[in-house]
Amino acid sequence: MVAMEQPLLRIALLFLFLHFSILVNSFPSQHLQIINAERRIDLNSHIIKVYLTLKVENSGTTPASEVHLAFSPAEAEHLAVLKAAATTGKRKKKTYVPLDVKSAEIPDGPNGSKFFPVTLLTPLSKGETTTLEVLYILTHSLEPFPVEISQSESQLVYFRDSAILLSPYHVKQQTTFIKTPTARVESFTVVEPTKRAGTELKYGPYDEQTPYSYSPVLVHFENNNPFAVVEELEREIEISHWGSLQITERYKLVHAGARHKGVFSRVEYQTRSGASGVASFKHLLAKLPPRVHSVYYRDEIGNISSSHLRTDFLKSELEFEPRYPLFGGWKSTFLLGYGLPLQDFLFESPDGRRYLNFTYGCPLAQTVVDKLIIKVVLPEGSKDPAAVIPFQVDQHLETKYSYLDIVGRTVVVLEKRNVVPEHNIPFQVYYNFNPIFMLAEPLMLASVFFLLFAASVTYLHMDLSIRKS
Amino acid sequence: MAVTASPPSVTQDLLNSLPKTLKLKTKQQELLLRITTLGLIYILAFITRLFSVLRYESMIHEFDPYFNYRTTLYLTEHGFSEFWNWFDSDSWYPLGRIVGGTLYPGLMLTAAGLYKILHFLRFAVHIREVCVLTAPFFASNTTIVAYFFGKEIWDSGAGIVAAALIAICPGYISRSVAGSYDNEGVAIFALLLTFYLFVKAVNTGSLSWALASAFGYFYMVSAWGGYVFIINLVPLYVLVLLVTGRYSLRLYVAYNCMYVLGMLLAMQIRFVGFQHVQSGEHMASMGVFFLLQVFFFLDWVKHLLGDVKLFQAFLRITVTSAVGVGAVALGVGMASGYISPWTGRFYSLLDPTYAKDHIPIIASVSEHQPTAWSSFMFDFHILLFLFPAGLYFCFKRLTDATIFIVMYGLTSMYFAGVMVRLILVATPAVCLISAIAVSATVKNLTRVVRAKVQPVQGGSGKGTGASKGSSKGVIDNSQPFQKNGAMMLLFGAFYLLSRYAIHCTWVTSEAYSSPSIVLAARGAHGQRVIFDDYREAYFWLRQNTPPDAKVMSWWDYGYQITAMGNRTVIVDNNTWNNTHIATVGRAMSSYEDEAYDIMKSLDVDYVLVVFGGVTGYSSDDINKFLWMVRIGGGVFPVIKEPDYLVNGEYRVDKGAAPKMLNCLMYKLSYYRFGELTTEYGKPPGYDRARGVEIGNKDIKLEYLEEAFTTQNWIVRIYKVKPPKNRW
Repeated sequence: MVAMEQPLLRIALLFLFLHFSILVNSFPSQHLQIINAERRIDLNSHIIKVYLTLKVENSGTTPASEVHLAFSPAEAEHLAVLKAAATTGKRKKKTYVPLDVKSAEIPDGPNGSKFFPVTLLTPLSKGETTTLEVLYILTHSLEPFPVEISQSESQLVYFRDSAILLSPYHVKQQTTFIKTPTARVESFTVVEPTKRAGTELKYGPYDEQTPYSYSPVLVHFENNNPFAVVEELEREIEISHWGSLQITERYKLVHAGARHKGVFSRVEYQTRSGASGVASFKHLLAKLPPRVHSVYYRDEIGNISSSHLRTDFLKSELEFEPRYPLFGGWKSTFLLGYGLPLQDFLFESPDGRRYLNFTYGCPLAQTVVDKLIIKVVLPEGSKDPAAVIPFQVDQHLETKYSYLDIVGRTVVVLEKRNVVPEHNIPFQVYYNFNPIFMLAEPLMLASVFFLLFAASVTYLHMDLSIRKS
Repeated sequence: MAVTASPPSVTQDLLNSLPKTLKLKTKQQELLLRITTLGLIYILAFITRLFSVLRYESMIHEFDPYFNYRTTLYLTEHGFSEFWNWFDSDSWYPLGRIVGGTLYPGLMLTAAGLYKILHFLRFAVHIREVCVLTAPFFASNTTIVAYFFGKEIWDSGAGIVAAALIAICPGYISRSVAGSYDNEGVAIFALLLTFYLFVKAVNTGSLSWALASAFGYFYMVSAWGGYVFIINLVPLYVLVLLVTGRYSLRLYVAYNCMYVLGMLLAMQIRFVGFQHVQSGEHMASMGVFFLLQVFFFLDWVKHLLGDVKLFQAFLRITVTSAVGVGAVALGVGMASGYISPWTGRFYSLLDPTYAKDHIPIIASVSEHQPTAWSSFMFDFHILLFLFPAGLYFCFKRLTDATIFIVMYGLTSMYFAGVMVRLILVATPAVCLISAIAVSATVKNLTRVVRAKVQPVQGGSGKGTGASKGSSKGVIDNSQPFQKNGAMMLLFGAFYLLSRYAIHCTWVTSEAYSSPSIVLAARGAHGQRVIFDDYREAYFWLRQNTPPDAKVMSWWDYGYQITAMGNRTVIVDNNTWNNTHIATVGRAMSSYEDEAYDIMKSLDVDYVLVVFGGVTGYSSDDINKFLWMVRIGGGVFPVIKEPDYLVNGEYRVDKGAAPKMLNCLMYKLSYYRFGELTTEYGKPPGYDRARGVEIGNKDIKLEYLEEAFTTQNWIVRIYKVKPPKNRW
């Protein structure tokens, strides 16, 4: 039926298509409309957070169970997190109930826009309204311009978006607020009514916008926050049932802002620290679990001595510096390792299986991880590993040989792209383990020593000479 | 230690009367004690070398070890045949270096072998840890060899003392601390092993020991260029034995087997190749080889003839013709160029002033300087006094073995006096000879001390020591205060030995455990300040320059840049091409525009200089600069040393020579340094390494730009700008 209808619809006016479409399966329902949309875009760091409040009304006759959010292809590509919640109650008694957001499995809308359906708690019947709170996070969406800057310049970036919310629904009224880190805004597209006050830009209110309306805006502003991007992070979590968890993290860090151009002058960097190298960064902060011990920080050519660890009961903070300040385009690879007490992270489930409960994500504050690989190295002899993760990741198994391993350890590899601090949520890896395997290695060592002594005793009691002297 | 380990022959008759169980027990006790002591010495030798790991970290030290580390890494990653045929295009740009054919692979193969074994045993260690601990591990092995060597030339007591002395001797520790991953680390073990096996072969006349010594020699050749010392000392020793009339069939077997097999085996090392038959340095061994044949032949003829007069005539003719043929062969070989003359390094050993006049590149290296008295004292401490005493004991009991150790001691002492780094070669000999002195003295003294005790006790069933005392005690009773004197001397000896142990530990921890990559200093409040600038710069190069960038620096830093920075260098510490180094020296000492042409001709992208003006680090490029001028001037006469001096004085302040103030090295070192205040109360641009205010504060760079300067300014990297558009 759908296929038959397509050619006809293509001839028909877009307007008609949008209003009288009979696709019901998962295509955006046309009976919904947004009464009020408010969007707040936070451009303070290079991780863009957008808070969207939608008041949705069902104007049709059939109940609607899904609300579709639309994103432009560029946005969808850089989308790291998309969360939705329904609000109930008013003002102070407001409570948020998280809603299920599916990833786009539906055909694209006009101009390749991607849909993400949000399943409502209860289907919205005719005439009802509901309020949705949506948070989405975009990475790599600030484009430095000029592309190259010198040491003394500050970093200017472009932010591209639409003044009007991209939505498959009719939007009655909407406003967009854009917050920039400093008051220095070089230029911005004006779509009347547009207002600028200090660090805030206000687009709107706009009334009665048809579905898929789009009005590109460009904001050119200063952003000197560290554009710390970890191109690849490999976290290896090695479980030892002898009481410790050893974590090794390999970072490939890059400054993803405007590239550094020309001279790096140490004199200026040292003596005029306020005005020189403002777009560069030097300090990094890693939030580690409490009771962390034997922390080390090194790279391929040795230990890096510039780090400080602060520990308290709730968290540990490792403040460290790369070997050199990172200017735009400069890279640094390093390795962070630490040990943790096992009892804080390894538990036994009621069915007798053991599980590791650990935090996903990158311990570094305010960084984007392009590719995060978590490797959970299970002890030798463990069976049937299964990972429980609250979001989509690629999984596979590997084998690793460590000290005194004979059959090798099972490694659960979890890979995810585009990770932001919001992904720092716990995940679990379940496995079966027989404690008798813990004794394998000590027994092996003991028997080797025993054999060694036995051999030397035999040797001393033997006379191998042919001639008797 | 030496006392309890009494030789069984002395006590044999007494022990026979004792019950069999007791006899076994004493022997076992002695064995247990000896093995425990040796085991402790083995561990001690290892752990005393770990100061550097505790003070700093597990890292490779200094300059040459970085090349060794890099090649070992390559070997473990790519396998042996790739390593053997490796053409390294990352160094000596644009010439490159045939690595497999220009190195002694023993060290790398050893470390890679250890690594493979450990991984086979499922010890998942990193190759770096293996490399760092290779030298201490072989130092421990050396103590065991020293024990057996000492036992061979004197007795097991001397062996144990020798092992203990060499375990902590600073002269050896200086080259074998953890992280000092250099050829010498394994070579000293190989050297001592070869000597021990050879002496053993001479003592026994056994073909198997001679064969073992040939393999020991092969390992030594594969590990270090110092094998030349063996191949000259052994023939010299044989010659001395011949001259002193100690020729024997044992010697004949030992030398011939060791020489022929050792030579053939050594030819398998590509870097050595046919040098054993073609180089002047190896001709002595060949001459002695033929001489031995003549001796053997003469012996045989003498045995056949029986007539003394006839033999005398025959002897005269044979010796004359043999020497004549040998001389002619040598002369023809030299003249035709088949036998190469001695190399500069060899000359400089025989004539300490040679390098200074002819080869500035050898003379410029600090470890090639003649040794000062203080460093002898520093490295040997009491051994310096025990050495002559030991020689006395050796001369008192001349055997084939003691003659060898005496010759080894005297020749290596001479070489140690010529070059600082050769103290290392002398160390085992000094330790062994001193051990003989200590062991013999202590043994004599305890004998005296025990002699007084024995008559009072009168015990007959007290075991070895007491019974032995009784046999000697009767003779020594004649002199009165002997017991007290002996006690005092014994205490004196132990005091000296304990001072030695203290000194060695102090030297190891304070002087020889610095990696020289990371510099440590005391801050204003007494806290430890770490200057990690080298690695900062090398890591910056590694991460933030194009992978094919060529870096020009003085040759000292070449190995480190390729190993840590992973970038191509123009010259490095393998100083095989003097002209290339001179070209870099010329660029550094020219004006910027002239230097730019040189740098362009070498495709240089970055220039790296080391500068200590901010921190007061004195071994920087400005202090090495005169050597650059000299080496550059040695090949390119346009560079003249007097141009950089004022009345023969080297200065960088206002009174410096104009050429000095405007040469590339000066500009790169002091670029924008004039704006910086380094010390309170001093004008800006005050150079703390040389203690003067610099003479040229307004430095403009036209063809280069500052690319990176480390936190403490120790390393400064400049980018060579692309050529300007002509139109």
